[in-house]
Amino acid sequence: MKEYDIVIIGGGPAGLAAAIAARDNGSESILILERDKELGGILNQCIHNGFGLHTFKEELTGPEYAARFTEQVEKYKIEYVLNTMVIEISPEKVVTAMNREEGLFDIQAKAIILAMGCRERSRGALNIPGYRPAGIFSAGTAQRLVNMEGFMPGREVVILGSGDIGLIMARRLTLEGAKVKVVAEIMPYSGGLKRNIVQCLDDYGIPLKLSHTVIEIRGKERLEGITLAAVDDRGKPIAGTEEEYSCDTLLLSVGLIPENELSGAMGVVMNPVTSGPIVNESLETNVEGVFACGNVLHVHDLVDFVSEEAAAAGKNASNYVKNGEQKPNGREIILEGTDGVRYTVPSTINPERMEATQIVRFRVGNVYKNCYIGVYFNDERVLHRKRMVMAPGEMEEIKLEKEKLLLHPDIDRITIRVEEA
Amino acid sequence: MEKRELICISCPMGCPLTVELEGQEIVNITGYTCKRGEVYGRKEVTNPTRIVTSTVKVEGGKSDMVSVKTREDIPKDKISECVKALKGITVKAPVRIGDVILSNVAGTGVDIVATKEV
Repeated sequence: MKEYDIVIIGGGPAGLAAAIAARDNGSESILILERDKELGGILNQCIHNGFGLHTFKEELTGPEYAARFTEQVEKYKIEYVLNTMVIEISPEKVVTAMNREEGLFDIQAKAIILAMGCRERSRGALNIPGYRPAGIFSAGTAQRLVNMEGFMPGREVVILGSGDIGLIMARRLTLEGAKVKVVAEIMPYSGGLKRNIVQCLDDYGIPLKLSHTVIEIRGKERLEGITLAAVDDRGKPIAGTEEEYSCDTLLLSVGLIPENELSGAMGVVMNPVTSGPIVNESLETNVEGVFACGNVLHVHDLVDFVSEEAAAAGKNASNYVKNGEQKPNGREIILEGTDGVRYTVPSTINPERMEATQIVRFRVGNVYKNCYIGVYFNDERVLHRKRMVMAPGEMEEIKLEKEKLLLHPDIDRITIRVEEA
Repeated sequence: MEKRELICISCPMGCPLTVELEGQEIVNITGYTCKRGEVYGRKEVTNPTRIVTSTVKVEGGKSDMVSVKTREDIPKDKISECVKALKGITVKAPVRIGDVILSNVAGTGVDIVATKEV
């Protein structure tokens, strides 16, 4: 059986940044397993610009951002295999994978980095009634068809869901000659970034209907049209608000699901809010030596933050291989979000093991204006930061300092909450 | 007097801006809550620009399409002309990041460059 110190599952932005950071930390024996025909993951189909403002201080397109990392991987001669699907990972860190050249094969790893990313929520997850004609795509599938394969999915388009991929595709399809009639969003606010609403919808006069959803799909062989209706505050369609649209294409941009079948099967404990693994401050799961980063851990808005998080996972995995599991004092502080904060990553912190500063990322569950982020060490408030606006579509972060945590040896719980003025 | 309604994109706040124009002249901007809003409103009304991204066909490469972009932003009202100019273009592999695919697109003085290696 082949043996590697670190095996990385997924060669997208998270896997690439983790591999580079592990090498920078001195690890030589690294293998990236990628199921697609090239490295770079979803960035390859995200041909729009806006990537890298934080990392490189310039606006890159997805493929350009990916190239910055793949070039480094090539330069470092980090091993990777393409067209390879991982089937199973055992708790003993034996990775079972398959591809056309080698068939089914096993690899023994000392540490594993989970970097599989997300897949899109599908129509099945939404329970939209009606026939199942051709012409219904997830937004990402349409993006791949247009940007990589060179096919147009259709001519008259309705988009359900206002996630960023849906907004980006509204513009892309319009520029390629399609008529995007409407974007419908079941929530009273958009899940996408403000700049995408302005630059992808407003620029092209595409209406965004908030608190609306698709209640009917028409057409047997090919989609012929859909019916939209307004929804009440519980998300139920309101009778009498139905509007019919003729269209040959319906794109769904209704959220992402971290792809954690492999993680779950090997015994990694999941957070039901993020559908990603529960991790400590090293981004290590409950299975020793198994780390997680990027969208498989929790869905990010900006790839820059994926790269940053993944680099930390890579470095920590590398340290784990060198030094084994370090549990100074065995002390674990629980981190939790309450009062509007839906989750935090990480979920626990060992103050002795943590770096000088620890980034804690979280999302809020609603749109909050003129509020504060409160951070509590047990019951004592240690941070009270004003935020003009917070929205579920924008990831938030705070930093914890090791020095301060070490000054409070009695803390067993850190709470982050949204507080009214 | 002309009134233009905009949403500032400088941050998630998304302030609704109202820009009042007398001909080409901005006489008043309201609705912003920080300086970036005023700057955005001024630029968006006087000289709105965008980076445009698209794809063109490739022959003999590892994929059939290569992604491209305008090297710099171009005036917003040139976007459609820019995309039309790319229709029907086929390039031959190998293509490298930064290779000029079409120079001076739609008379903007800006080149279309490749953003992927194919």
